[in-house]
Order: sequence, then C-alpha cells, then structure tokens
Amino acid sequence: MKLRRTMLFMPGNNPGMIQNASILGADSVILDLEDAVSIDEKDAARMLVRNALSTLDFSGCEVVVRINSIQSDFGYDDLNVIARVKPDAILVPKATSDDIEEIDEILSIIEREEGFKLGSIKLFPLVETAIGLENIRETILASKRNIGVLLGAEDLTADMGIKRTREGNEIFYARNRVASICKAYKIDAIDTPFADVNDVEGLIEDTKRAKAIGMTGKAAINPRQIDYIHEVFSPSMEEIMYAKRVLKAKEEALKEGKGVFSLDGKMVDAPIIQRAENIILKAKLAGIIRE
Amino acid sequence: MKINNPAKAGSLESNDIFVMVFPNENGNEIELESIVIKQFGKRIREVIEETLKELNVENAKIIAKDRGALDYTIKARVETAIRRAM
Repeated sequence: MKLRRTMLFMPGNNPGMIQNASILGADSVILDLEDAVSIDEKDAARMLVRNALSTLDFSGCEVVVRINSIQSDFGYDDLNVIARVKPDAILVPKATSDDIEEIDEILSIIEREEGFKLGSIKLFPLVETAIGLENIRETILASKRNIGVLLGAEDLTADMGIKRTREGNEIFYARNRVASICKAYKIDAIDTPFADVNDVEGLIEDTKRAKAIGMTGKAAINPRQIDYIHEVFSPSMEEIMYAKRVLKAKEEALKEGKGVFSLDGKMVDAPIIQRAENIILKAKLAGIIRE
Repeated sequence: MKINNPAKAGSLESNDIFVMVFPNENGNEIELESIVIKQFGKRIREVIEETLKELNVENAKIIAKDRGALDYTIKARVETAIRRAM
C-alpha cells in the first residue's frame, strides 16, 4: 500500500521548483508538461523533466509526470522521452480507454528496450470530461498499470457548462462515481485540487467532503496546501487509539476462542477489524506511529 | 549537429540559465555570465562543453546568463537551444 494523501502539481519548466520537489512533504509530485507549460516551451519542459528524473534524488517521493494528450502534437514525444527515464507513473489527461490501451502498449515496448521490469511504469487516468467520467470503468480496465484516477473538476465543469463553486455541490456526483469505481477496482481515487490557495478553511472543508465520500487523497497546486490535506487524510490519535484497542481485543478474543466479541458494549465484527487494521497501516505509512 | 539559426532557451529566473545559440565559424565559443561565476564558472563551462560534445556540435557560439542553475538544468537548456537552432 502506498500512501497518496497529496499529489502536488509542479510546472515542468521550472527548475527551482522541480529540484525542491522532494522536500515539500507531498506523498507524490506531478511534474506537469501539459497545462502548466506554454505551447512554445513544451520541448524545453520535456528535456528539463527528463534530466531531472535521470539526475535528481527525489528521496522516496513518488514522481508522476503529466504528459500532453496523445491526441495532441506533443503527447507521443512526451511519452517516448519521459518513459525512458522511468517515472513512477504517467498522468494521462482526458484519458479514454483507447488512449490508455495505446499508452500501455508503447510503455511495454519502451520497458523492453530499456530493460525495465514490464509493467513497472504505472498509469493515472485523469477524468476531466463528462464522457471520461461515464466511461471510467472501461478506462480503468484498459490497463493493469492503472493505480488511481485523478478527478479534474475545472475541466469537467467547463465541459458540463456549469459553474465551479467553493462548496463543490456541482461535482458531488463525479466525486461519488470516481470514489465508488476506484474502490471497486482497488485503486486510489484522488480528488480535484482546491483552486483558492489563500482559502485555508475552504480547503479543509473541501478535503473533508472528499474524504467523507471515499476519495483517498487530493491533488494540491501549492505546497502550502499539503499539511492541511495530510491532516484530514491522516488518522487522528483518537482513531489510532481506538484501532489499537480493537486489535488488542481481537487478539484476546482469539486466545479465548471467541469469534465475535464486544468492546465498550458494542459488537466488533470483521468490517470493524478491517477498518482498525487500515487505520494502523495508514498511521504507520504516515509516520504517525512506529510499531 | 549544424547550427543553422540563432535560438534561445531557458529564463533569467532563479535556478535557471538563459542560453542563446548562434552559428559560428571557428569552433565552439562560450560567453558566460553567472551570479556564481567565481565558485562555479569553470564547472558551468564544462557542462556546456560536455553537452555540445554529446550533441556533436562543433561550430556554435553560446551566450549563457546563469542564475544558479544546477547541471541538469544547464544541460537541458543547452540541448533545447541547440535543437531549436538546427
């Protein structure tokens, strides 16, 4: 299990930001060759990100590269250059099942040529159109490389012709659909970034809403957003203490040969035990507890 | 690689380097300006020369204005400028 509470977008043509990527605390960074790079600088960003990946030590921080759409003039060059320096994953904009299938095949060829383990470069489809949202199941099933889906609400609401608001009611369905399907296929559901970097309260509320319906992490567009998002997606001390008590009670019940047991007067069954185990695992991965 | 046109890449932002490439007649020539010229001027020149060699560039004039770029950035900006100049 890899913790992806935050995926921080960084412009792919900004060397100062790229070389600091690993110290900002995000679980993953997304080096962006698409929207953050002007048409005239696509070649420069591609070479900079290629060199960064082959030279810099990202110290265990997952590195994902958002390429341009393979329907555009830049996508194939991005893929061919970037895959050869082995990013952890490729983020595929406006992904369709056809795009994902084609990218999967190209990656397999590059992995063979470069001597990388087959299937080692993962994929993240970006859902940011109505058709992308409705066809998300097929897109996920198009490749075993898919490890998560990122919801892009700005483009999605533009495609829908609806207004994006602070409260986010307009993406309630999209969030639920992404969260539910990702859970069904056991991959991560990453929520859309919160655009106003100065609105901390709004960010926290938005993150809580996403978490409440099953999103597993959230994209960030500014390093200042990381700690707030982590706080929402990390287990609280109260949750950890309760989870520890559940697991201890489970051990004692096993010793006594009990299948079902109670804690604080409430029956504890398999889903509660599983939730407790998940909380402890997440707390360990987040570095909140050691043992 | 033959330099046919003037071209540029990079920026004057912190941690970046602005590289201009021009056709030249007698080998490679590098004009470097850097905020860390005393400490790293020699190394920056070496990186530019190495990149030109890797790209088989033999007749280019490079004007580089460095703002504290690391090697990976210098190499990327020189390569971008050269490819744009072809």
